[in-house]
Amino acid sequence: MSNVAGAPGADAATPAEPVAERGRSEILHFAGRNPKLLIGAGVVLTLLLTGLIGPLFVDHGPNEYIGPKNQPPSGEYWLGTTSFGQDIWAQFVYGLRSTFMIGALGGGIAFLLGTTIGFLAGYKGGIVDEILNLITNVVLVLPTLVVLIVAVSYLQVEGLLVQGLFIGLTSWPWAARAVRSQALTLANRDYVDLARLSGRRTWRIITSEIAPNMSSYLMMSFILLFGGAILIAAGLDFIGLGPAGGVSLGLMLESSMQWSALQLGLWWWFIPPGAGITAIVGSMYILNVGLDEVFNPKLREL
Amino acid sequence: MWRYIGRKLGIYTITFVIAVTINWMIPRFMPGDPVRSMLNRASVSDPEALERMSDYYEGVFGVDAPLHEQYLNFWAGLLRGDLGISAWLYPEPVADIILRAVPFTLGLLLPAIILSWIVGNYVGAFAARSKVLDNTVLPVGYILTATPYMWLALLLAWALGVVGGFFPAAGGYSFALTPSFTWPFISNLLTHWFLPFLSMFIVALGGWAIGMRNMIIYELEADYSNYLQALGAPRRLIRRYAFRNAMLPQITGLAVQLGTIISGALLTEIVFNYPGLGMLILNALNNRDYFILQGAFLFVVIGVLIANFIIDIIYVLVDPRTRVQMTGGAS
Amino acid sequence: MTLRVKDLKVYYQTLRGDVHALDGVSFDLADGEIMGLAGESGCGKTTLGKSLIRLDGRMRHVGGTIELNGAEVPITDERAMNPLRYHEISLIPQYAMSALNPTRKIGRMINELLRARGVRPSKVADELRRRLELVGLDPDVLNRFPIELSGGMKQRVVMVMATLLDPSLLIADEATSALDVSTQRSVAESMVEFRDRGFVKSMIFVTHDISLVYQMADTVMVMYAGQVAEKGPASTIINDPQHPYTKMLIGALPEVGSTTTEARLEGIPGTPPGLLKPPTGCRFKERCPIASEECDETPPLVEIDTGHWAACWKTGR
Repeated sequence: MSNVAGAPGADAATPAEPVAERGRSEILHFAGRNPKLLIGAGVVLTLLLTGLIGPLFVDHGPNEYIGPKNQPPSGEYWLGTTSFGQDIWAQFVYGLRSTFMIGALGGGIAFLLGTTIGFLAGYKGGIVDEILNLITNVVLVLPTLVVLIVAVSYLQVEGLLVQGLFIGLTSWPWAARAVRSQALTLANRDYVDLARLSGRRTWRIITSEIAPNMSSYLMMSFILLFGGAILIAAGLDFIGLGPAGGVSLGLMLESSMQWSALQLGLWWWFIPPGAGITAIVGSMYILNVGLDEVFNPKLREL
Repeated sequence: MWRYIGRKLGIYTITFVIAVTINWMIPRFMPGDPVRSMLNRASVSDPEALERMSDYYEGVFGVDAPLHEQYLNFWAGLLRGDLGISAWLYPEPVADIILRAVPFTLGLLLPAIILSWIVGNYVGAFAARSKVLDNTVLPVGYILTATPYMWLALLLAWALGVVGGFFPAAGGYSFALTPSFTWPFISNLLTHWFLPFLSMFIVALGGWAIGMRNMIIYELEADYSNYLQALGAPRRLIRRYAFRNAMLPQITGLAVQLGTIISGALLTEIVFNYPGLGMLILNALNNRDYFILQGAFLFVVIGVLIANFIIDIIYVLVDPRTRVQMTGGAS
Repeated sequence: MTLRVKDLKVYYQTLRGDVHALDGVSFDLADGEIMGLAGESGCGKTTLGKSLIRLDGRMRHVGGTIELNGAEVPITDERAMNPLRYHEISLIPQYAMSALNPTRKIGRMINELLRARGVRPSKVADELRRRLELVGLDPDVLNRFPIELSGGMKQRVVMVMATLLDPSLLIADEATSALDVSTQRSVAESMVEFRDRGFVKSMIFVTHDISLVYQMADTVMVMYAGQVAEKGPASTIINDPQHPYTKMLIGALPEVGSTTTEARLEGIPGTPPGLLKPPTGCRFKERCPIASEECDETPPLVEIDTGHWAACWKTGR
């Protein structure tokens, strides 16, 4: 998990600015002319569309042996073929699909867990905070991938859903921490006090008073978790702990490694999947910086 | 100060206990029979040896004993340094196998972490100097942090190893040599070490540079920086303060990033067939040797905990604020 | 004459256009004068304070001049301005609580600042200790980190540090608003004492707390919507204000000498005009009870009595 990426002064907890106060038009104005945001979003969307539409134009399964072996990229096989005659372009577009899926699943689960725990800890305080903080610290210290290797090696992963669940369960802590420190500052504001005095439920206060005021921050946390989940999944796939029989960019890297693409010089086998992962995650991080600059006027000046 | 350290030690102890418990629990509650699946993969043809192995694993998994007893036995073995016996390399003890791999992993990790941290901090601080620099360093940094460790490893192995032929692309040292403290062996070791190290160094560099860049911008906007500017202090002084103050959260970042970098090391080793823990884990997985897997897991956890503790202590020593708070200065 | 500001215009650049934060401000500050600068928030008083020492990134100097001790202050020229900072013009900022580098011992930070400004720390070391004692601090604070000091202590350290080189002009921007009442009073007293001892020649004390101004200031300048409304001796402004805005401002006070905070201006109906496109004529006319047709013309700032200036058509010329 990358906590440095994108988070402005990750530990320094810049206070979340209420968005509504400054008006949407100004935000849109800055969003429309922030190159980081535009380029990042552009690349992510292009790849997402490729993953969504690409497979529709491939009339054979990604793992089928359809063509000549070890073909370099050509007009017919855009990204060449593997040493079994599989179409790498087909694997790539299907792989993009599952890569986005795992990001959404793993990142989404981690986001839900992290924000829930963070909000509760920051808002409730006291013993609840102590206990949740302890859990967070323990999970934070454990090296995610290594825990997953042990867990996944025993409890066979059947599909993306289970893999996403595993990743989500292990990669939430830093988000919980960040959300907690934000919620802590917001929980003491007047309007939250007012809501509390008027006898509203904790959960209502969190969802209606606290969360909207840090929506930009939450959005950026989600993007970071999304990217992190993709990287962790790729690592697991690469070790051979990916969903059996599936297609993903990480699994492509694994099979290229396993069948000596490196020694055989089949560069078209291992370059596209890695480039795909890097492009997705990297442009998401850059998109995040763009968002940060748009929402956080202080950063615009540099 | 001691309270702080005590608290941290408490968290690490709990983490360790939890890690050990996970380690103990998973094979016992997994579907199927771990002993059978381990023995199926073991490449032992001698039936007598197979019998012995099977007795041993049945004994270790202690099917007859009640669960709490199994759990206590597990801890007792662990505290004696007994991590069980490998099925893949039967009858070698797991602890020995792991200890053979650890120096390779540490030799990659420590230089990669420390050098990338130092260089990354300077690059990040440098980037915060001007918009032009920032606009180049920032995207490059983010792309590097987004790069899967194994992919950059593959690229370097291919470009500088297979195609360029400058460095060997696989192994820890040439098999023709026997390990010894001689120059040929050490230089051989270094040439094999270089590419995996370089690949890890480059990926990790990006994260540090970005972290420093963000922190230093934050510090340059801080009140004390503004005040010094108003009093006409030169840019140099303000930057020096900002750099120093931005360094402190970067030390904490070191602890946070440790898990990611270790994962990166494991993946990088696999690409280069480098005989460290990563390669060991891969082999254990392929041979269903759960003992090695669990042993490696515990080693990594212990390493992470020790490193975290060292970082905590360094932080206390370096940041006057925590130091003062902990020795109980005036409010 | 220490400071002479003439028709100063400083605008903030924003997306929607220029905000006319200072729109033709003129005043004089005599040797040894402590001037209280009062007005509602957003009237330009903080901008004026900043303009005298350092324009921040979005501030643009549009017109007007500043003279200090007869020489022009080159506020638009960073390089030429720098020698004046700290030596001639110094600042106690609004954020004095966080104005010190948190990871340096205070003494070391002051020494590094002095050295960077071309002053040998040893030359002023004795003076530094003497002044710390003067404001009631143990010189041992120099060996401490800022976090070890209370708010009031930090405030005093910043005050001593800011005035160490005996500047001609000290700008204190809301320097006491974060402190409790008794600390406020003693810090204010120390400031007067610093002036009396000649550590600073003259001082502009930006505040929204008029009662505090009355205690320590010689003169008071009231600003409204980026312009000077009235300036005069403190007692005149408090007891016999002429400008209708000042009258309302003083009238809104519960009682002179009491110290309530921001809420005191709620007594005036209406809000100040936006400074993005300021209205023509007198800027107070919308809220002014005695406004008439002539107020469509901008009233000049004229001296209605010795040392008493006001910008209003109604102040009997």
